[in-house]
Formats: sequence, structure tokens, C-alpha cells
Amino acid sequence: MEVYLTPRPKEEITEHQMMAAGRLRARFPEAVFGETQFRGEMTLVVNVEAIFEMAKFLRDTPELLYRHLADITCVDHLHLESPFGRFAVVDHFYSFKFGDRIRLKVFLPDKDPCIESLVALWQTANWLEREVYDMFGVIFRNHPDLRRILMPEDSVDFPLRKDYPLTGRGERESFPYVTRDGRIIEDTRSSRAR
Amino acid sequence: MTMPEKQTIDLPVAAFRGMLLNFGPQHPATHGTLRIKMELDGEVIIKATPYIGFLHSGFEKLGEHLDFNQYVTVVDRMNYMSPLCNDIAWHLAVEKLFDIEVPKRCRYIRVVLAELSRIADHLVFLGAHALDLGAFTAFLWGFREREKLYDIFEMITGGRMTTSFTRAGGLWADMPRGFEEKALDFCEQFPYRLQEIENLLTRNRIWIDRTKGIGVISAAEAVSYGLTGPCLRASGVVWDIRKAEPYCSYEDFEFEIPYGENGDVYDRYLVRLEEMRQSARITEQAIRKMPSGPVDVDQSKKIRLPSKQKVYTEMESLIHHFEFIMPDRGPKLPAGEVYVPTESPNGELGYYIVGDGKSKNAYRARTRPPSFVNYQAFSKMVEGRFIADAVAVLGSLNIIAAELDR
Repeated sequence: MEVYLTPRPKEEITEHQMMAAGRLRARFPEAVFGETQFRGEMTLVVNVEAIFEMAKFLRDTPELLYRHLADITCVDHLHLESPFGRFAVVDHFYSFKFGDRIRLKVFLPDKDPCIESLVALWQTANWLEREVYDMFGVIFRNHPDLRRILMPEDSVDFPLRKDYPLTGRGERESFPYVTRDGRIIEDTRSSRAR
Repeated sequence: MTMPEKQTIDLPVAAFRGMLLNFGPQHPATHGTLRIKMELDGEVIIKATPYIGFLHSGFEKLGEHLDFNQYVTVVDRMNYMSPLCNDIAWHLAVEKLFDIEVPKRCRYIRVVLAELSRIADHLVFLGAHALDLGAFTAFLWGFREREKLYDIFEMITGGRMTTSFTRAGGLWADMPRGFEEKALDFCEQFPYRLQEIENLLTRNRIWIDRTKGIGVISAAEAVSYGLTGPCLRASGVVWDIRKAEPYCSYEDFEFEIPYGENGDVYDRYLVRLEEMRQSARITEQAIRKMPSGPVDVDQSKKIRLPSKQKVYTEMESLIHHFEFIMPDRGPKLPAGEVYVPTESPNGELGYYIVGDGKSKNAYRARTRPPSFVNYQAFSKMVEGRFIADAVAVLGSLNIIAAELDR
């Protein structure tokens, strides 16, 4: 049985975050591009090639032990200034033992966004990565089962990209519909879906 | 007359010996639209593949097109069993991004509402889970208690399910008169009612046979699958965000965190049962210790609407009110990103917001849905077990389809 119920003071958490960032920098000197602290949360921008090794390092090093992969998501920086690339895959890690969270961010280019999968380290990465693929079109290398998860299997678009309209592209109006007097109208646009 | 040439047909099923069963999407035990493709050998599940997305309605996309107060109407439709927990989590994230601290009274009311929602959510779990396994009375008794809670929610928020009660920097309104007494009355009688339900199930032979040793998941696997909430604690990893990373002044209250050891359906049931008692305890403490004062942050922050009295009498407040409502005016979300985890009834519910500093809408409003992550472990739990166990496991995970698909 493992018990993690003690709250940590803010200073201790910040200190541990700084330590974790320092350890990552020391272990991967070339791969950490940036480090920001905002509202007490640590974000590291890291190299796409090193993400797998870094996550493994964070999880297994006895002083860090970020064993809980809380979330994998993605942000499309199309309308934001981004010096590194369009898509940012964001991983949130939590350390049960030291009670702090750290965020790794990987920027990917507009064309062929591709990143190493974390499924070999955490089972939970499986669906989370499938969702990122489904919504943003980011390809995860070595993913065991990279299929669409929320959208229909035959859809072609990636709806959470910023250049995808809120009302969708043909999902609503591509169905034929039957009028009251029984006519089937094949090719039409309903007024709601423009 | 010539006979037609004999045709040979290659049956595609020839290679597969087992039977393919579609469980859902319309099945009374799926609690929403879930579809599971099961490969069966007799009655034993060899492989279970969940297919989700039937209820996908683009909530995260909507979050980018609605402002931070409007979006609360969408988040409480995610987990419609405990909508207030979602409201609170969303606005905690917004408040963290704005870097504002809400008054103590507001935090205490939020605790009361979150804990009552937790009871309501667990009662639905208990009722539906018992119903799936054939215990009809527990369902009726559980829903009777839930009805009382919904009356309480209706009293304070005006809605039973779609509450949309929180606002950035406060609440829609303070508690109405008589609310505290009503909530206290509920907390007083609830443990007895719960005991009655428990008497039906906990030591019931059939119940134990159906749930004990079913859907076992070890602590290491639970962490790897990212399980949180009661499912994680039932496996022996005692981690609760209310204790480990207190938000909303949870550090002021005394409560215990129940946990299990075996990580099976029975333990998950027991953990949730005890959590309800603890929630009633927290609610009672919060109401007894309720501080006086305003529920909204002060007007200097310009994040909350001024009171009607001020709008009608002061020019400054009138302008502020007007600007706050207009789409391109009023407070802008600061540029930056925050992730706020909260302990929702099903586990870690987190909101990750990216603000761009230019608009009131979040640039990215990501939900970390506990149901979505917990449901992944379903295949692991049922493979090698009977179909009937799949129903028990599904009930014990308490999947909310709207949160699963968003």
C-alpha cells in the first residue's frame, strides 16, 4: 500500500520543480530549449527526439519519480507566435512522492508532425495519444494502435486544428434528407451548417 | 434446363473460431452509448475492444469559441451526474490563469456543493451498479436520496442537472435563505439511509459472489493505466487531490480517505460507499464553519459583474457591466497556460487552459476527463472473465459517456 496524502508547501514544490529541471538539463544538455515558470507551474520545452528518454528519466530516477502521466494533449499554435513549430504536444507529469507537477512541451512542424509514443512507458498514453492523433493529426511513432477514437473512422479532417471551422466541414450537411412529402434530397446544405 | 454452376463461398468467419459479440451501443448496462466488441470463447471474453465517440460533441472546440463564463454551461454537461464539480474545476483553472483568489465564503460554498455532488454521483453509481447486478431496491433507495440532493441543488442553483453555478471570481449568487438548514438536515439523516442501502448489499452473498475478485487491477497497473479517484484507491494507492494538493480550502476540514487493497469491483464499491460518508462529514463541517462576507472577489479586479444596485447608481459600475458583457471588451485571459487538477467523484478532473492575452475565450480548453482515462483499463479488467463480469466491471468504473466523448 502506498499513501500520498501529505500536502507539500509551495516553496518545497517549486524547489523540487527546479531540481527536476536541473536534472533534466544535466542529463540532456542539448535537448532542453526553454524553461518557464508561470503561476507556480514549470514548463520545459524540449527536443522531439529526446521526449521518450526524458519521460523515462523523469519516471524512473529515484529523486524525481514522476510516475503519474496525468495528461497528453496538444495545442495548435496557428494564431500564436511560435518560434519552434505549429503543434505543441504537452505532457503533464505528476510525482506522487514529491507532490509536484511538471509539463514537457514538444513543438512539431506543420508538415508531418511526428513524435515518439509513450505507450511503452505508460498504458494510459494509448488512448490519450489516439485522441491527439484524432483531433490534431499528430502521428505517434511506435504506437500499437493508432486509430481514430472519437471521430468516425472515415473522417479526413482533424477538428481541433485552428483552421477547422467550428460548424464542421460537411459532417452535418453531407447526409441526404427526406422532405415531408417524401422526396429525398441528396445534395443539399441545411441552413444551420454554413 | 441447366443447373447453375456450383459456387463456393469463402466465409470470412472460418478463420475465427470464437464468437463476436457487440455489447452496446444500446444496452441497458452500458450507461450511455458505449460499444464494446467482444470476442468470446463460450462465455469467456478473450478480447474486448471498446469503441467510443458516439457522444462526441466537440466540447473542447466550443471552449475556444465561448468566453470563460459562457463555457461553464458546457462543462457541466460533461459529467451530468456531478455538474457542480465540473463548474468548480473549470473556474478554478480560469481563476488560476487570472491569478485571483476568491473569498473564503465562496470557497466554502464550493466545497459544500462539490461534496454534495460527490454524494449524488456516487449514489448514481451505487444505484445503477446494483441494478445491473440485479438488486433493484438499492437502486430505488439510492435514487430517492439523490432526489433530495437535486432538490437542494435546485434551491441554490435553480437547476437540477445543468447547474452552471460558478463564475470566474465567485458564484452566480450567495446561498438562499434556508439552504444551510436543508443541507444540514440531509447530512444528518443521510448516513442512516446509506446504512440501509449498505445492509442490502455489503454482506449479501450474491453481491459478494458477483463482485469480489472481479476486475482486479494491481497498484502498479493502476498507475500505469493512469487510474485516479476511487478506482486507484481501491487498488491500494492512497492518493487524493483534496489532501495532496488542496484546493478550495480543503485543508480546513477533517476527513478520511478510504482505500481498498484488492483493486476489485467490491473494493471500488466499498471505497465509494465510505467516500459518501466522508463527504457528508465535510459538508457538515463546511456549513458549521461557514464564514460571513461576500462570495465574489472585490470589484477592483474587474472580473465579476458589479451588483445591480451599483449598476443603477454608479457610472463606473455601469460602464464595467456594459464592457464585461460585450464580446470584445472586458477582461482578457492572460497569455499563459495553467493546468488545475481537482478530485472529481470519478478521479482527477483537470482543466488545461491556454490563454492568448487577446480575447476572453481560451485559446485551448482541454479537459482531462477521468472517465476517458479510467475506461482504458476496462479491457485489461475483463479479458479472461465472463460476460456477466463485464457488466459488473463497467458499473464499478462508473463511466459517464458525455465525459468520455466530450
